[in-house]
Amino acid sequence: MSAPAILANKSGRTRRWHGLQTGDEVAHFVTFLFAASVLFVTAFLVWELWIQSAESRAKFGFHFLATSDWDPVLGQFGALPFIYGTVLTSVLALIISIPLAVGAAIFLAELAPPSLSSACTFLVELLAAIPSVIYGLLALFTVVPLMRNYAEPFLKKTLGFLPFFQGPAIGVGYLAASVVLAVMTFPFIIAISRESLMEVPRDQREAAMALGATRWESTFQVVVPYARLGILGSIFLGLARALGETMAVTMVIGNDPAMHASFFAPGYTIAAVIANEFAEAGTSLHTSALIEMGLVLFSVTIVVNALARLLVIATSRKGTAQSQ
Amino acid sequence: MKISSSLVLVTMAALGLTGNAAAQALNGAGATFPMAIYTKWFNEYHKLHPKVEINYQSIGSGGGITQLTAGTVDFGASDAPMNDTELAKMKVHPLHFPTVLGADVVTYNLPSVKTPLKLDQAAVAAIFLLKITKWNDPALAKLNPGVKLPGDDIVVVHRSDGSGTTYVFTEYLTKISPEWAKGPGTSKQPKWPGGLGQAGNEGVAGMVKQTPGAVGYVELGYVLQNHMQSAILKNAAGEWIEATTATVTAAAAAAAKTMPADFRVSITDAKGKGAYPDASFTWLLIPSKIPDAAKKTVIVDFLKWMLHDGQKYCADLGFAPLPKSVVDQEMKQIPQIQ
Repeated sequence: MSAPAILANKSGRTRRWHGLQTGDEVAHFVTFLFAASVLFVTAFLVWELWIQSAESRAKFGFHFLATSDWDPVLGQFGALPFIYGTVLTSVLALIISIPLAVGAAIFLAELAPPSLSSACTFLVELLAAIPSVIYGLLALFTVVPLMRNYAEPFLKKTLGFLPFFQGPAIGVGYLAASVVLAVMTFPFIIAISRESLMEVPRDQREAAMALGATRWESTFQVVVPYARLGILGSIFLGLARALGETMAVTMVIGNDPAMHASFFAPGYTIAAVIANEFAEAGTSLHTSALIEMGLVLFSVTIVVNALARLLVIATSRKGTAQSQ
Repeated sequence: MKISSSLVLVTMAALGLTGNAAAQALNGAGATFPMAIYTKWFNEYHKLHPKVEINYQSIGSGGGITQLTAGTVDFGASDAPMNDTELAKMKVHPLHFPTVLGADVVTYNLPSVKTPLKLDQAAVAAIFLLKITKWNDPALAKLNPGVKLPGDDIVVVHRSDGSGTTYVFTEYLTKISPEWAKGPGTSKQPKWPGGLGQAGNEGVAGMVKQTPGAVGYVELGYVLQNHMQSAILKNAAGEWIEATTATVTAAAAAAAKTMPADFRVSITDAKGKGAYPDASFTWLLIPSKIPDAAKKTVIVDFLKWMLHDGQKYCADLGFAPLPKSVVDQEMKQIPQIQ
């Protein structure tokens, strides 16, 4: 078994080297290098974060992830409030944005007249290109007062029996940050969901109609399930954006390294604390702890993406089973 | 031997040429707080000496010290004097030159209160320790008789980024409150008991301005330019002092009497008459040995100009000028640059 395998391998390699003279193979090789650079950059990133965070990892170990004390003066660093803030704001943002954005995508792909659809799509793409600091400013001067004066008092009055909607309404906090993040994830979810809905073959719709389905039924029972993978993908892209967003969040979240059950309370995210404290980190331990925060954010993103993959795999299996 | 000496000659010639023909460039980095006045100075000085160009990057005091230690800049700038550990890391001992004065002002947002609030040491500490949480707290009412204080929650706003402004403010709190000294302490980024963090003076000022019941601390220049409500603080002598460039300069004059030779001095909670209690110097950090003669000449000349003519630009930009006594002391330090 082994000898022919090696031979084949060898001949394959020689062929490739000879073949490099043809244009196709050169292109193959060059693009392979480009693809490999992605791997290289990722590996290098993890390596650097790992090395630079050595001091913090040695001192705190896994306690870093489980403690909530963040005190640069005493040299105590715990990541929990930041992980909590990052995950909470991102999840809240998706809860707000998924129904709105997917609904908008369905309207644009299925129901809107083509001229309106293309105009809206253009605007949505424009939304994706706005720098996040602009969103932050907008949030600080419009969303925060709206939260303080209307949304939070209203939620307190109606849902105030839940611990999530208690405490003083300052305007700044998890909820304001989540709303901004929701708006920032809109363009991703809308644009990609709309594309996937548009790609649903025409005969799927026609078949549904032919069976007597109304437009509503054909959209929700045929078209949306058919496009669900694309829609899921768009949501995860939005989630990735929300997890890593820095400027807009730090401007409205209140930057308080504590964990609060109330969505009105100020909090902190991983990206925000790195941006705020890195420039003036006084001790090497502080710097090291902030770099470890980067590592933590990277891990959170990987875990979330892995979960997303699993969900996609599970959904596509279920889909195949149903269609058979 | 021959080759190396000719190399040296060539290098010297090249250096000499660039020194004479092109502009003399100086690079500095450090504190953000004096950025406005430094930019003004470097521009004005460039107008007087068109061949001299001074570039300044406001990357923060800590960054300035790091860059100076690494030798990548000609001078540093800091809002806090370098501590002994930082000094020990320096290859060339740096000299501290106070340039201007700044002050932290307690600003608040109470639209219904027209007269400036009076806050004594205990009240300021209690507010930032979150011990007083309502504006109509008896402790505050007692200090401000005749002022109708609203029952709003006090929303504390502080800096989220590390900053010299925070260092000065927490140093003041540490001096006036044993409880603060035991708790958060003095730091560019302490662990706050709570409240909202915003980045930059503009962030804190903006948040205070738009949140009813908010209180925070910002640089004097910010308060003067934006006409914000500011508290009158009680100083160590027991006087009620409003934050103005004059009361801040008075704090420096009070400290000048006991000025240490290296100018590493804190003037928060200054003991003098009429002294604003929450003021601070900001420093230029100049290496005591500058091998490049041309650079040395420029730096010395700039320092002399800055200590005299330069001071007149302070007031317009919301900085307090140095008192004459401090200027005289600094002039005596200049010959130490070799």
